[in-house]
Amino acid sequence: MENNLLSLIIFAPLAGAAINWFIGRRLRNERFIGLIACGAVAVSTVVAFYLALKVGGALRSTEPVFDHLWTWIQVGKFRADFALAMDRLSGTYALFVTSVGFLIHVFAVGYMHKDEGFYRFFAFLNLFMFAMLTLVLADNFLLMFVGWEGVGLCSYLLIGYYTDKKEAGDAAKKAFITNRVGDWGFVMGIMLTFFLTGSISFFNKPAHGVTSALQTIAGMSAVDPFTWQAIFAGGVTSIAILLFIGAAGKSAQIPLYVWLPDAMAGPTPVSALIHAATMVTAGVFMIVRCSAIYTHAPTAMFVVAIIGAATALFAATIGIAQNDIKKVLAYSTISQLGYMFLACGLGAFVAAIFHVITHAFFKALLFLGSGSVIHGMHHEQDLRRMGGLKKYMPITFATMLTGWLAISGIPIFAGFFSKDEILWRTWSAGLFSLPSPAWSKALWFIGALTALLTAVYMTRMMVMTFWGTERFREKHLDHADSVQGIHDDAHHDDHAVHEPHESPWLMTVPLILLAILSTIGGFIGVPYALGSLVGLHPTNYIEQTLDPVVAKVPLAKAEGEPAAEPVWLSHPPQPTDGAPAFVSLDESPATHSAEDVGAERLLALVSVGIAALGILLGRIIFQRRPLLVMPRILENKYYVDEIYDAAVINPINAGSREGLWKIFDVGVIDGFLHAIGDVVTEGGRVIRHLQGGFVRAYAAIILLGALAVIGFFAYFGVHAMRLVP
Amino acid sequence: MEPQLSWYLALSAILFTIGAAGVILKRNVIAMFMCIELMLNAVNLTFIAFSSFFQDVTGQLFVFIVMTVAAAEAAVGLGIIITIFRNRESLDVDDASILKL
Repeated sequence: MENNLLSLIIFAPLAGAAINWFIGRRLRNERFIGLIACGAVAVSTVVAFYLALKVGGALRSTEPVFDHLWTWIQVGKFRADFALAMDRLSGTYALFVTSVGFLIHVFAVGYMHKDEGFYRFFAFLNLFMFAMLTLVLADNFLLMFVGWEGVGLCSYLLIGYYTDKKEAGDAAKKAFITNRVGDWGFVMGIMLTFFLTGSISFFNKPAHGVTSALQTIAGMSAVDPFTWQAIFAGGVTSIAILLFIGAAGKSAQIPLYVWLPDAMAGPTPVSALIHAATMVTAGVFMIVRCSAIYTHAPTAMFVVAIIGAATALFAATIGIAQNDIKKVLAYSTISQLGYMFLACGLGAFVAAIFHVITHAFFKALLFLGSGSVIHGMHHEQDLRRMGGLKKYMPITFATMLTGWLAISGIPIFAGFFSKDEILWRTWSAGLFSLPSPAWSKALWFIGALTALLTAVYMTRMMVMTFWGTERFREKHLDHADSVQGIHDDAHHDDHAVHEPHESPWLMTVPLILLAILSTIGGFIGVPYALGSLVGLHPTNYIEQTLDPVVAKVPLAKAEGEPAAEPVWLSHPPQPTDGAPAFVSLDESPATHSAEDVGAERLLALVSVGIAALGILLGRIIFQRRPLLVMPRILENKYYVDEIYDAAVINPINAGSREGLWKIFDVGVIDGFLHAIGDVVTEGGRVIRHLQGGFVRAYAAIILLGALAVIGFFAYFGVHAMRLVP
Repeated sequence: MEPQLSWYLALSAILFTIGAAGVILKRNVIAMFMCIELMLNAVNLTFIAFSSFFQDVTGQLFVFIVMTVAAAEAAVGLGIIITIFRNRESLDVDDASILKL
């Protein structure tokens, strides 16, 4: 149904940004700016919760809440509206984006205290919220792309916020350009969708004459073949692959992940909001939104799963060797995003979104906690110079503890449920997007190994920061540059030891709230197999909410069977029959086979074991030797940046400079213009002699001219020009 | 033998050519002028010849007009020459070469 309140969600932060930019700049009053910024996001949060959870709201019925603002483009069959739609998927997203965003805004008011560009920071942050919410609530591809680009822009502005640091500007450019490469894929995907379906909208809106592209694809009963050629065939698989290229850019997957670690040059609240909780999950959001496309493209799903798993493991191996606290978290983010894509690639879209939500909670918590640590340590970011902070920063310590347990996958914390769900779905994945059953076990193994590494490196980070000897007191530690550390030199010129201190309430209260969310947040998605262990049958809220809006993977044929028509498990997504949401999916034991339940419980036990093992290993190794040097190749991130420089960037640079600039721009274009000038000059130099002032020459020319005319008539006769009839 | 028309025309052509050559090749301004007069008279001769041979009086009328114009032009031209001579003290036409951009 239409509800004009929906646009308030995106326009409140926009208004906040405008007010802070124009008025905040004059006033320069931190309280005013902070209130406007946080207030704007608070408005969005309240409206989002209201619209999602009221009777008949987005999360309580199958009918989305629409808000058609205006018809933006209508050319022939191409129709793109500036229209918002909150269905269950975007409603869920809007809820956690606004609430986590609000907490981060509050934290940032404390973190950015006394910063020169306070108004600028919050104007950009609010602008980011506007773009992100536009992305989430858009009802068609083009408006989503507007939000997509907007978050990319704000990411650039915020990473490069410290304008006096060259590395910040470089990182901002790197982020934007790498994203651009992905955006190419996204736009091609949108165009191909329009070409194949005649529409780019997600929803059917008969009142406005808009049909849904996703419904059209969902309605196709035939599925693309599971071959490599399908990628280039120009059908649904091509769309899926192109969209995934866009997602890989935005969500930092191989090969376009290189911008995210460098993006840590921005202020920590930016890293928390943009590069952990919200922007980087936009790729996952887009894939789940287009689940109808992916469930018709098994090759694409296979590619997504493989890249997700590879990225997860790859980033985890790098994260274990980093010495900057924010870099560890950055690679951790890349790794967890890999999990989400792995889930999407195997058809477990709900599990992916579940992990997005819990990851937002604990990753924002970890980033904000690290911000608190950095703030308390007077902008020291190198783990090798920390240690023993737990008695100086107790609240930060306690909250980071919950974040650490959550990401490692210890029950009952949030990360356990979502990560375990993904691992279970990987193990039990059908043959739709995998060539053979061995693949699902192999992918599960990669996921489990990543989980182990995650626990190890997070434990390493915690141990090096909060336990052990207070290394920041040791003056003999050379003022050596850490390999990737970015620290504020101004505070360390005199080598004086600053006492670390706990952060003010503006920073610790959001930490506490996020810690609570990380602890209990997992209970929205307790699977039947685990809940029934203790005799409870809790509703798997997240599954029930999101199940109707994601497409299902069709039952694939068993190995060896001739290709048959796939059997669809449910109707295509987005039925708008207004049926109530919490119709309990039949949770009785009858719908879950005993062996499935048993296997799931066993796997959950294995997950717990892996997490515990990882923590144990981390403690044993790093408690005793916190400064253990990790393998150089991992610390130097497999030299990927250097490889890109040599293989891609420098050739393009050289080609542009030598070829395009020197040969074409200066040689051809400028040469052409110079040549025109030269021709005119030379011509003039010759013709100048016609008017030399030499009178006898004039006389001669007059005579010659007269002779020519007479000669013409003498030769051709007086009637030659019909002048004399 | 009686004089043929073609003889008159040939004489007229020769006179005209001599006059044209003189205009180009002579450096003395007065000499240039005399050559111009020579060209005009050559044309007059042509007109008279045709008028006589075709017994048409129009040719002689035209000669009148030509002579009038020649006289007027001579008056004006000599006036210009005298002015230039006063300024330059020279009757060489090459010294008056400032008619250029």
